[in-house]
Amino acid sequence: MVQKDVRRLTLILLFAPFAMWIALLIIVPHIGMVALSLREKVAPRVYEFGLGNYIDFINEPIYWNTLLRTGSMSLLVTALALLIGFPIAYYIAKIAGNRTRGALFLLCLIPLWVSDLIRAFGWILLLRETGVISTFLQWSGLVSGPIEFLYNDVTVIIGLVYTVILFMIVPLVSTLDGMDDSLVEAGYNLGGSGFTVLRRIIVPYAMPGIVSGCIVVFMLTAGSYLTPILLGGKNSSWFTEQIYDQFITRFNWESGAAFGFLLLAFTSTVIWLGLKLSGQTLANTVAKS
Amino acid sequence: MTETPAYDLECHGISKSFGSVRAVKDVSFNIPSGSFFSILGPSGCGKTTLMRMIAGFEEPSGGDIRIKGKSVLGTPPNRRNVKMVFQHLALFPMMNVFENIAYGLRCRGASNDEIKRRVQDVLERIALPDVGGREIHQLSGGQKQRIAIARCMVLDPDVLLLDEPLGALDLKLREAMKIELKLLQHQFNTTFIYITHDQSEALVMSDHVAIMNDGNFEQIGTPQALYHRPNTAFVAGFVGDSNRWSGKVTASDGTGGTVETAQGLTMQFTAGGGLRIGEGEAVEIFVRPEFINTVRAADAAAAPGDNHMDGVVDSLLFNGANSRVLVRSQTGELIEADVTLTGDGDLAPGEAVRLSWSAQHAMCFPRSGDA
Repeated sequence: MVQKDVRRLTLILLFAPFAMWIALLIIVPHIGMVALSLREKVAPRVYEFGLGNYIDFINEPIYWNTLLRTGSMSLLVTALALLIGFPIAYYIAKIAGNRTRGALFLLCLIPLWVSDLIRAFGWILLLRETGVISTFLQWSGLVSGPIEFLYNDVTVIIGLVYTVILFMIVPLVSTLDGMDDSLVEAGYNLGGSGFTVLRRIIVPYAMPGIVSGCIVVFMLTAGSYLTPILLGGKNSSWFTEQIYDQFITRFNWESGAAFGFLLLAFTSTVIWLGLKLSGQTLANTVAKS
Repeated sequence: MTETPAYDLECHGISKSFGSVRAVKDVSFNIPSGSFFSILGPSGCGKTTLMRMIAGFEEPSGGDIRIKGKSVLGTPPNRRNVKMVFQHLALFPMMNVFENIAYGLRCRGASNDEIKRRVQDVLERIALPDVGGREIHQLSGGQKQRIAIARCMVLDPDVLLLDEPLGALDLKLREAMKIELKLLQHQFNTTFIYITHDQSEALVMSDHVAIMNDGNFEQIGTPQALYHRPNTAFVAGFVGDSNRWSGKVTASDGTGGTVETAQGLTMQFTAGGGLRIGEGEAVEIFVRPEFINTVRAADAAAAPGDNHMDGVVDSLLFNGANSRVLVRSQTGELIEADVTLTGDGDLAPGEAVRLSWSAQHAMCFPRSGDA
């Protein structure tokens, strides 16, 4: 009996921090936000229950345009991160020797030691009108005047891909690492070309890693704030910026909360669609890697 | 072997080095069409490297590989009509059985109708007509084995390579698969090259066996020839069980004579592998347990054979028809001899016995370093 109690106590103690984290930092605040978003301001300090904040969102094209823009650019960033990250991950997992593998992985991790903010400022130093690249181009005589590389969509996308690509590489490496080399060899042996082997064997095998990397990258991108603001300036029109505006500039917490929920619902829908289309489930992708 | 170009695979002076390590050293052999050929050797002898060169995954450092008379050097693995059954089979886990078998046909650009027909055909030939829709993880070990072979055979390869595919199976299944593999090979009538370190697999299934050691072929021959007429001390020691002595030749006419072992036993020997062994040479003597006759000391006079040794039964190793007796000789060494145990009046530990064997069965090879 005593042993059973001890075991139960251990379980409770081990589980407690996690439960508290979920409850206090995720569930309770979100309930508060839902309640907040369903409140309509009818007069100063007078509130009524209603869907007014959500209706406002639908009626104002700039809001949902921003959300769609954020969504489509995040998808583009996810696709680019996958295209660039997959060969890197394949090299690390399958081609590099044991020692280089560790070194390469470390190289991928190093940028994470620096905060997002500093990394964004690094890009600014490189890309602004008086920045390194512009100066170099003028010095080499390729252009006559200074060029502003900042504050456009391309820069935002480059910056975002750079920030999130690691979260694509890590799950891909761990999935590809588990692939028996002989599968690839069998693919060639049975007459497959390099492309066939990639399409029919490597990619299907790595699918759980691809999907899990895409989910993480998409979520991070759609929810990112610093990089689009700093590299895109006012032109970036990122949806998180709208949320920030509602909360801080307009002091309209009700609307901000509604926007926050819309972003969550939107990204969740996209991910659900992605999982349906790729025939994967959360259990065998994110939960595994 | 005939001189007609009836060889499915010819290797001429194949060698392979990894840095300063020579994994395969100047190996040559020909494999006649439709035969079951095994390469048998201890782990690390280079047999896997040799096979990977035939499949095209490694480029040989020297020599030539010909398949159906055509050199395949420089031909990438996906263009060679050599298919391979991998050690862990390497069935594609994300495809079902049908797609696994269809993969190679799809790579060739076969039509859907043809694929359906040929996959069904090969599934029937391996006696698993209804598993097409199953996933790989739903198959048993033996079924996976057969699917892996079917996946190759559906492409009508010139040569099928098998890399110790039975290693992962349990003993009972392995015994059954040995026979099945042999039957499949007969049925498909394709040249099989079977790589293994398990001699019973090689001996049971093969038409010809090559014994490989340290990057070289020690001997190529039928299983019977390897067993009864080994050419080198390594082959004599590696294939089958042997009692082994080392000694010095005291008298010899070249092909046979008398040897004195390090323990002080004198015996009549025959030089193995057609070698000539002169007087005073350091040699190793191999005597197989089944050629040693064991009689009780009381009947010692009746013991046949050229060589005799008296000893005491140390223990009986009962294993049905393959039972053995361990005899401790007067000089203290243990000798294994096969005996028939009938369960009635058998030898018992502690009994004095006389062992005898003929000079013909005491094969002698010059001592070759560490072999």
